[in-house]
Amino acid sequence: MGTTVLQSGSDVLTDVEGSEQGDLRTEEMLVNMGPQHPATHGVLRVVLRTDGEMVLESVPHIGYLHRCAEKIGENLQPFQYIPYTDRMDYLAGMNNNQAFSIAIEKLVGIEVPLRAQFIRVIFAELNRIASHLVAFGTYGLDMGAFTPFLYAFREREMILDLFESTCGARLTYSYITIGGVHDDLPDRFLEVLDEFLDYFEPKIDEYNQLLSFNHIFVKRTANVGVISADDAVRWALTGPVLRASGVNWDLRKSTPYEIYDRFDFDIPIGLPGGREGVPRSVVVGDSWNRHIVKVWEMRQSCRIIRQAMAQITDGPHIAAKVKNVKLPDDEVYVEIENPRGQLGFYVRGDGSSIPARVKVRGPSFCNISVLNHVGKGCLLADIPAIVGSIDIVMGECDR
Amino acid sequence: MAPEEICIILTGEFGDGVVDTVLDACRPYAVVRVDGWSDIARFLRDDGRMRFNMLQCVTALDLLEDNKLAAVYDLFSVPVVGVGPCATLRQHFAIRVEVDRDAPHIPSVSGIWPAAEWHEREAYDMMGIVFDDHPNLTRILCPDDWEGYPLRKDYEFPLEYHGIPATTEHQLNSPRH
Amino acid sequence: MTRMSVPWRPGGKQVHRGPAALVAGIAKALYATFAPLVRAFPGPLLIGAIVAVIVGVWINYLVFEFVDDSLVASSTNLAGETGLLGGPLALGEVRAGLTTSGVPGSGILCYVLYPLQYGVVRDVVSMGGILGFISVIPLYTIWWERKVAGRIQSRTGPMRVGGWHGWSQSMADGIKLICKEDLCPASADRPLFKLAPYLAFVPAILAFFALPFGTYWVFRQVDVALVFILAMLGIEVIGVILAGWASNNKWSVYGAMREACQMVSYEIPMGMALLIPIMVVGSLSLTTVGDTQSEGWTSWIVFRSPFTFAAAVAYFVAALANCKRAPFDLPESESELVAGFHTEYSGFRWSLFFFGEYAAMFVVSGLCVILFLGAWYSPLPMSLADRWGLGDSVGARAIKGLLFAGPLWFVAKCVFLLYVQIWIRWTLPRIRIDQVLYACIQVLLPLMMVLLLGHTLYELFVPVHGFVWTVFNLVLSLIGAVFVLGMIFIATYGFWNRVGLVGSLGVETLPGS
Repeated sequence: MGTTVLQSGSDVLTDVEGSEQGDLRTEEMLVNMGPQHPATHGVLRVVLRTDGEMVLESVPHIGYLHRCAEKIGENLQPFQYIPYTDRMDYLAGMNNNQAFSIAIEKLVGIEVPLRAQFIRVIFAELNRIASHLVAFGTYGLDMGAFTPFLYAFREREMILDLFESTCGARLTYSYITIGGVHDDLPDRFLEVLDEFLDYFEPKIDEYNQLLSFNHIFVKRTANVGVISADDAVRWALTGPVLRASGVNWDLRKSTPYEIYDRFDFDIPIGLPGGREGVPRSVVVGDSWNRHIVKVWEMRQSCRIIRQAMAQITDGPHIAAKVKNVKLPDDEVYVEIENPRGQLGFYVRGDGSSIPARVKVRGPSFCNISVLNHVGKGCLLADIPAIVGSIDIVMGECDR
Repeated sequence: MAPEEICIILTGEFGDGVVDTVLDACRPYAVVRVDGWSDIARFLRDDGRMRFNMLQCVTALDLLEDNKLAAVYDLFSVPVVGVGPCATLRQHFAIRVEVDRDAPHIPSVSGIWPAAEWHEREAYDMMGIVFDDHPNLTRILCPDDWEGYPLRKDYEFPLEYHGIPATTEHQLNSPRH
Repeated sequence: MTRMSVPWRPGGKQVHRGPAALVAGIAKALYATFAPLVRAFPGPLLIGAIVAVIVGVWINYLVFEFVDDSLVASSTNLAGETGLLGGPLALGEVRAGLTTSGVPGSGILCYVLYPLQYGVVRDVVSMGGILGFISVIPLYTIWWERKVAGRIQSRTGPMRVGGWHGWSQSMADGIKLICKEDLCPASADRPLFKLAPYLAFVPAILAFFALPFGTYWVFRQVDVALVFILAMLGIEVIGVILAGWASNNKWSVYGAMREACQMVSYEIPMGMALLIPIMVVGSLSLTTVGDTQSEGWTSWIVFRSPFTFAAAVAYFVAALANCKRAPFDLPESESELVAGFHTEYSGFRWSLFFFGEYAAMFVVSGLCVILFLGAWYSPLPMSLADRWGLGDSVGARAIKGLLFAGPLWFVAKCVFLLYVQIWIRWTLPRIRIDQVLYACIQVLLPLMMVLLLGHTLYELFVPVHGFVWTVFNLVLSLIGAVFVLGMIFIATYGFWNRVGLVGSLGVETLPGS
């Protein structure tokens, strides 16, 4: 956009374009949704051109949380940069650590011990569950249901307790690091984790009963913001958003990194209505599918964690000597499957221990770019439904 | 398809359009000429052997020692049911386009991959590469009135922005960038 | 660079001026007096206060009844013979009546009771009662809502203020809101902006005037009470639209327009639903409607025919929409419109909207109770009281009031409906505006027309106490009983097993809980 500068909500009627229908004269209105709006999940700003409750155009504006993460990456050694990756997608710090670590390991050629890889998988999947729980809860908030949010956070607390027992942090972990993981698992960790999974898996059904299959919820989200598979690929949408459009694409399956090829799990994809208990009004690629794919993924993550717990081996948890590595004069681009989509790290070395260029490909950044494409001709209340289902984290969007 | 084969096909199709192919890197890529980039991009997306239907990332690079800027396009082919004949292709390749620092103009590929629109805006915002024929080439992360391109190696941090101090004296005395 | 001016000095002692100084002074004095007391005996004080309120209400009620029934009915005095203002009773008669009833202290009491025969005096007494009641009802509904929401969400809700389960949290919030700065946006339409909260709040209070809590316990006996209450509830929408428009904020305008659309649409099915009990009884006076339902729970209008049963449900849905309660809380939907029509409001003006909303919640619940759910009568039939030989003595009346009829039953039923509203709010997501209007115009309105017509025919062709009537009455009564018992069971089960069901996050760890 950039052509129209709006002051937030100060003048009621900005005459954008008038139209006459019989005796009734209507005027279009520019509305500024955000950057301080409860439904924009942080500091996203969407400029809406509306005609009454109809939204004719919704243009996302980002950058309010830009913290120069890439510039910082060019000034620090890789292991010093790990804590900054936490702060990008702050709901999935483990996965961010993992992506950057894999990029550096691939560039430098570090072999990660097997135990570390198992621990990484366990924590990445746990963090995926934690992140999807937030997405689930906040999506309920967007739809006006307050209670599921608290339930989701209650379960997330337990995961954060597990994280805290392992690495001492509850949000910005810096636990997965270059060459392995920072510390070995604490005593009794796997037992507690097993208890948690036993507790958590039945809860998923309760959540579905409470929110996902609630009649009002389905009415609000089914057939809203439909993204076709073709569009999803053309706009480079990834993660649950892509899979909800019916594209069976998950990096853990299609190009397995770490040790994901050792596990047996399914990739949930969006389903049309009327099949397998899916409500009738649902179509592939709508907001309901984007929501339910995340819920189903939580269950698959539980499966992966259980298998990893059964297969985990003893051994070192980190490869020796990872600090002060010299980065070769080479470049690498690595993507892994984050909860929100494919998180890519481009790292270019120049022979010194500080990268010449670090570029982050944030899934939220790409996913939200489709908003104007789908957020046309819908109702005002559908905009939170679409934004919430795309599930963005502005920290990673703006970096 | 292996990167070598992709390079061979590209060189066969476009000849001089492909300047260089780097196959021994961690992630193989080909360097192409700026003026032929639009055609190569369309070929990469539409050709049955390529089917790079997903543009994942556009990375802008500052090659200060060569007095050049570069944009690296990371392409994936994702099997989509019902779109295109190659449902089994799962390949990854990268293209680098290098331009002169003084006149950094690259044709936009946002008409070919809509995903490029925001990536190119970011590259323009951060590195100052101008993408011709872009529908809306404005700054995306920085404010519209920001001066300079922050990720260039010779960028100097402003001392203040609208009266907000942006650099402390301590940082000025110990520059790390 | 322009700096924001800071109107207060951080860390400095805050100085109140004008009315704020008075309020702050009173608050401080009250706090200094009562806080130590409340802290020392929280439980006994709370229970004592509740008992005191009940006893107070009861004495008032009995006195009104006594004056009307015993004294006025037996009066031989002609109007205007004694006393400055005229009236049926002379002072001597009051004293004599008290003496014959065996009430001690009749010499002084007669001066108290004598004025109560006049409507004006009763109005003044009622005014005091109504303001007190209206202040208490929203405060405790808000506290109750927060506690219920907390329990539903595996939290505890307010736990600190006042000691026992944060019972005075709402009062503390109220004091805070009154002391807050009264903000008015620079570009707002100042007079309208300041007027709007009152237009939303005052009608909700006025509605209480005609709302009977018992046969005698009504602030003002109005023959067209139902029409009056509906009119008052309808005025509220003007306040909300004014608030939205005067705020000069686009989100507020959205909220106001949604409110207008929703209220105007839902008034129609709501009014039609209320017509059905009116048809049954044949009176617009709520007291009369209430008194026809005295013969136990099978005589309640809701169980009278399938049509009244459906009308009660439809009325409750329309009433939810009318009060802007979830799932119809579109005018203030947080995730879409920031806060809708009250986005720009703060402090006391903001709290007026909330007082108005909770008062309206109580009024619509009250209408539902009076018109469908047996008003102030308990599920036990009044004839049982006669069979037990309960006469007209004060003690017998008190027992009747507790077991068979009285404001307590009315309030209890209203609170139950409030609880259902709260329960729905914390369970369901929000509906979209087109679905709200669809539900009204395409579903409720045709349904109400069918019900209205159907009930007319039912009343015409099905004889009361005939076989068909009895069967329907029994079946519907049983459905209602099962429904209510089920809800009570769920709530009780949920409460006793709350730790297992929703976890006990914070319950054990919270200090002072």
